[in-house]
Amino acid sequence: MAVLTNIEAITRTLQEEMRRNPDIFITGEDVGVRGGVFRATKGLYEEFGERRVVDSPLSESSIIGIGIGAALYGLRPVCEIQFADFIAPAFNQIVNEAARMRYRSTGDWTCPLIIRAPYGGGISGGLYHSQSVEATYAHVPGLYVVAPATPYDIVGMLRYAFRVDDPVLFLEHKKTYRLIKGEVPDEWYTVPFCKADIKRVGTDVTVITFGLMLHETLRAAEQVATEGISVEVVDPRTLSPLDKETILASVKKTSKVLIVYEDNLSFGWGAEVAALIASEAFEYLDAPVMRVAGPDVPAVPFARTLQDFFMPNAEKIARALRQLAAY
Amino acid sequence: MATNVVMPQLGESVIEGTVGKWLKQVGDRVEQYEPMLEVITDKVTTEIPAPASGTLLQILIGEGATVKAGIVLAVIGAPGEEVTSAAAPSPATTAAPARASTTRLTPVVARMIAEHHITEAELATLRGTGEGGRITKKDLENFLKTRARPTQVPAWEQPGTGELFRPTEEVLQPVATPTRGAEEIIPLTPIRRTIAEHMLRSKQVAPHVTTVHEADMSRVLKFHHAHSAEFEKQGVKLTYTAYFVQAVVAALKAFPLVNASFTDEGIVVKREVNIGIAVATDEGLMVPVIKNADEKSLLGLARAINDLASRAREKRLRPEEVQGGTFTLTNYGVFGSLFGTPIIHQPQAAILGVGAIQKRAVVIDDMLAIRPMVYLALTFDHRLLDGAQGDQFVQKIKQFLEEYPL
Repeated sequence: MAVLTNIEAITRTLQEEMRRNPDIFITGEDVGVRGGVFRATKGLYEEFGERRVVDSPLSESSIIGIGIGAALYGLRPVCEIQFADFIAPAFNQIVNEAARMRYRSTGDWTCPLIIRAPYGGGISGGLYHSQSVEATYAHVPGLYVVAPATPYDIVGMLRYAFRVDDPVLFLEHKKTYRLIKGEVPDEWYTVPFCKADIKRVGTDVTVITFGLMLHETLRAAEQVATEGISVEVVDPRTLSPLDKETILASVKKTSKVLIVYEDNLSFGWGAEVAALIASEAFEYLDAPVMRVAGPDVPAVPFARTLQDFFMPNAEKIARALRQLAAY
Repeated sequence: MATNVVMPQLGESVIEGTVGKWLKQVGDRVEQYEPMLEVITDKVTTEIPAPASGTLLQILIGEGATVKAGIVLAVIGAPGEEVTSAAAPSPATTAAPARASTTRLTPVVARMIAEHHITEAELATLRGTGEGGRITKKDLENFLKTRARPTQVPAWEQPGTGELFRPTEEVLQPVATPTRGAEEIIPLTPIRRTIAEHMLRSKQVAPHVTTVHEADMSRVLKFHHAHSAEFEKQGVKLTYTAYFVQAVVAALKAFPLVNASFTDEGIVVKREVNIGIAVATDEGLMVPVIKNADEKSLLGLARAINDLASRAREKRLRPEEVQGGTFTLTNYGVFGSLFGTPIIHQPQAAILGVGAIQKRAVVIDDMLAIRPMVYLALTFDHRLLDGAQGDQFVQKIKQFLEEYPL
C-alpha cells in the first residue's frame, strides 16, 4: 500500500499503462522534455522516448486532432491540455469529431482518446489558469467527463479510461495535485465510470460534489458534525453520464440536498443534478435543493481577496448545510 | 407544573367538539378523573374528566365554541401558579394548532402523511421543528415512532379498488345511446329547471325523515257535509285542504319550532305562520302561500286556497305570493295517493303530505268500525327536529282533526 499525491497517482498510472501497452502515446504542450508544467509526465519522455511522449505546438485543436487521427488508426493517445482554460480551440475536434465518431459511423469506428485537463481555481492562477469547464462538455453525449478527486479514484479511473473505446475528458483539479494524498492499494484494480462513491455516510443532508469541492465539503461536514448535523457526501466521480441510482438513493434517505461545484452557478453541472432530483425524487424532498457554486462572473479573478470571494470553501458550504438542516 | 386540558378525539372520525358546559370554574379545586366539562359532538354530550388534580387556573375555550381535537381548553396547576406561554396557547376558537396553517408541507412530508394515514387531528398535535414551525420529515419520523394508534388502518378506511369504489359520478355516467328516432328531448322550461334544482338542493342540504300517522276524519266530514252548502251560498267552495291548513296552524302554534329554518348561525323561528299549498299545474308544481294563515277563519282559508290555486293554474300569481312560506302542505290525496314522502320546501323545517280520505275498517274499543281515514305524512329536517318532536307535531294535527268542533 503506497501513499501517493494526486499528481503521483497520474504519473504512475501513465507509466504503468505505457509499459503494458505500446500503442499508448502522450502528446501535449511541454509534456516531453519538461515533463509537463505540473510534472504529470515527469520521467516518461526519458523512459519511453520522443515517439511516445510528443511535445506539441501551442495548438490545442491540433493536439486533439492528432489524437483523434491516431485513435482511428488503432493507437491509444493521451492528449494533455496544459490548462483546461485552453481547451476552447479544440472544442470543434472534441465535440464534432471525437464525441460523435461512434454515432455517425453507426458503431463502425470508435475514438479511444483520453484528454487530460488540469482545471479549477484557488491557486492564484487568474482568469486563464483557473477555469472549470465540465458543464460545457458534460452537455455532449458520446463523451465521458470524469473528475476523480483522490489518488485511489485517479488511479482506478485512469486505468479504466485506457479500457474504454470512447473519448474521455479526464479532469484533474490542479489544486489537489499536491494537496491531496491518499493510499493506493498494491493490488491492481480499476474504478469503473458512471459509479458514484459515498465519501461520507450521513443522515441529514446529502451533498453532491466532486474535485476540490469534495475535500472542502468533507471539511465542512466535519465542522457541522460537531453541531449534530450528519452529512452524507456523494462523489459522482463521473460527471457525465451520471450515476443516477446512487444519487437518488442518497437523496431519498436524507431528503435534503446541497450541490457544490466551483464553476459559475448558473447553467452549471449542478443544475442538471438538481433537475434530476426534482423530477425523480420530488416526493422525497424535505427542503429546496440548494447549490453552492462560484458567482456568475466571467472568470476566477486574480486578486487574492476576489479569488477567495469566488471560490466556494468549507465555511460557505457549512453555512448552507446549517441552513438546510434547519429548514 | 401546569397540565393542559385538551379537546379529546371522541371517536375515530370525530375531529372536533363543542364545549357544552364548564362544570368547574377558574379557581375551583379539581381532582383527577373528576368531570370538568361537557363536550358535545354530533348528538352526544360527554363529560370530560380532569387529566390531573389541582386548581383550574385558566379556561381558554368558552362554552359554545367548537374546536378541533388536541386544542388546549384549560390549564390545571398549583394555586397561583403562573400559566406559562407554552401552556396557554392559541387564540380562542379558530383552532390554531401547533402548525401554522400558512406553512406549506414539503413533498416528502405530504407523501408520508398520505402513506401513513396521518389525520388532520394528529397533525395538529405535532410541533414542527423546522423553520417557522414547519413540520419536517424528522418530526414525522419521530411522531410515527411514538404514535399511539396502530398504523394498521382498518379495512373499511383503506381506499378500495374496483367498480364498487369508483366515484359514483363515474359509475353513473350515462351510457351514450343512439337517440335517433327512439327518443326525443323536451327542453327544460324555467319552472321545470327551478323545480329540479330546488328538489335536488333540498335533499342535499337537509336530512329528510318522514313519519306517517293516521287520522279519523269522521268529525271533519260530518262538519263538512253540514256546512258546505252554507259556504257555497257565500260563493266559496269548501275543500278538505282548508281543514288540514287549520289543523297545521293549530299544531304550529303548539310547536313553534316546526315553524322555523335551520341555519349555521342557529335555528330561526318564524313569528308569522305562512302556509304554502302545493298546487299541480300544467307547467309543474307551484306553491302559493297563504300569508298569516293563523289569522284566517275556515271560510277565509277556503277562499284563499281557492283563489291561489285557481290563479296558480292560470299563471296569474304574483311573485310575492309564492314567497315567504314557513310551512308547506301538499294534498296528494286528491290524486288518490294514500301516503308519500314529500320533499321539504327549503328553507322550511317540514312539509305535511295528506293522502286520500278512504273508508277503512278500524278497531275502536275492540270493535270493528268503518271510518273515513287519512294518512298524514310529515317530512321534517332532522337537523332541526328530532323524531319525537315531529311525531308530537303530527299527533297535534291528528288530534285537531279528530276532535274537530261540530
